[in-house]
Amino acid sequence: MGSSAHEIQSHLKKYYMVFGALLVLTGVTVAVAEMHVSIGMAIVIALFVASIKGTLVACYFMHLMEERSMIMWILALCAFFFLLLLLFPVFTVGEQIGGLAEPMRGLSPQ
Amino acid sequence: MSATVIPYDVKPHPLTGMYNGKFGIWLFLASEIMLFGALFSTYVLLRVGAPEGTWPIAGAATTRGDEILNVALAALNTAFLITSSVTMVLAWANLKMMNFKKGQTMLLVTVLLASAFLVVKYFEYNAKFHHYAVTFNEHFEHEGVESNTFTATTPAGTTKTIHYLHGHVESTKKNAEGVIESYEFLPDAEHGHGDAATHKAVEIPASEIARITNYGPGGSTFLGCYFVITGLHGLHIIGGIVVMLYFLATGSKMWKTQPDKYANRIECTGLYWHFVDLVWIFLFPVLYLL
Repeated sequence: MGSSAHEIQSHLKKYYMVFGALLVLTGVTVAVAEMHVSIGMAIVIALFVASIKGTLVACYFMHLMEERSMIMWILALCAFFFLLLLLFPVFTVGEQIGGLAEPMRGLSPQ
Repeated sequence: MSATVIPYDVKPHPLTGMYNGKFGIWLFLASEIMLFGALFSTYVLLRVGAPEGTWPIAGAATTRGDEILNVALAALNTAFLITSSVTMVLAWANLKMMNFKKGQTMLLVTVLLASAFLVVKYFEYNAKFHHYAVTFNEHFEHEGVESNTFTATTPAGTTKTIHYLHGHVESTKKNAEGVIESYEFLPDAEHGHGDAATHKAVEIPASEIARITNYGPGGSTFLGCYFVITGLHGLHIIGGIVVMLYFLATGSKMWKTQPDKYANRIECTGLYWHFVDLVWIFLFPVLYLL
């Protein structure tokens, strides 16, 4: 990233603004949870807010926005494998959670 | 014999656009994503496969973690970590502006906030290890206290009625051989059939208990996940504190001879620290609020 003393001075205000946004979004997460909305809605809202907070931390505190695209590609590859890791096991219990593995039923012991 | 010079330890590498240490930290963080990702995936798999009424603990009214976890303490810890991320980036910014003293102060504040996180976590863990779930062989009723019941459905489709109480073990009575004969048990107000003003301790003979366990890692599948994931995160916090203390103490000598390199090392420490914050940002809602 650009890191001369003058450039860094101009970044300080951004850091404080991101700090404020993170605290407000934490409050939003707790407030929504206290409203006891449906579990589906709660998951969507909580993960959406957490994703915004994570993006703010990565982009501003970790200066990801100012790095070359190479590091982005490495992280994108990592995110892709993370999703595979998350989804593959869920497919194996698809029968229990939504009938995704219906053809497997005939293979289960009687 | 000439010393080996590590290339690009201050100036950016032409290919990556960053000095080698920073690139190394990014690759390390990529592996860390997969580490926490594996645990997160395990958590999701166990949760969607949990029999009804057993998540986060047998007999819970909802499936949310806050049935048995303290949201207020976790929110406080979230604030501590977010603030520590700001002080960490300010430590680096001040060093880049050649303000060593302020940079060190910010690094010290980061260490203090990280330590505060661990202190709060200690109180959270401690409360779990002193809270118990008792499962009875059959219906229990004594001195006005009655066991709760819930019906568990097994994966095979059969059902089983469980009689249980949640609360605190006040004391135990042992026989001459040192084997526990009975427990002085104070049920939780919401589980002990009565409001907080009237609920009282009851003696439970050990012979009537099928299982007694605290809210530790063996308490339930959810608690096992909770302790493994937050424990691993806690170890990362401790690791970060050790590194920061090194740079506050003997490591800071580098500032006098190579200030740029020292600032870069703080930047690498910061990248790691922001990642630890980022993991908590996701853990907080997933474990405590959903």
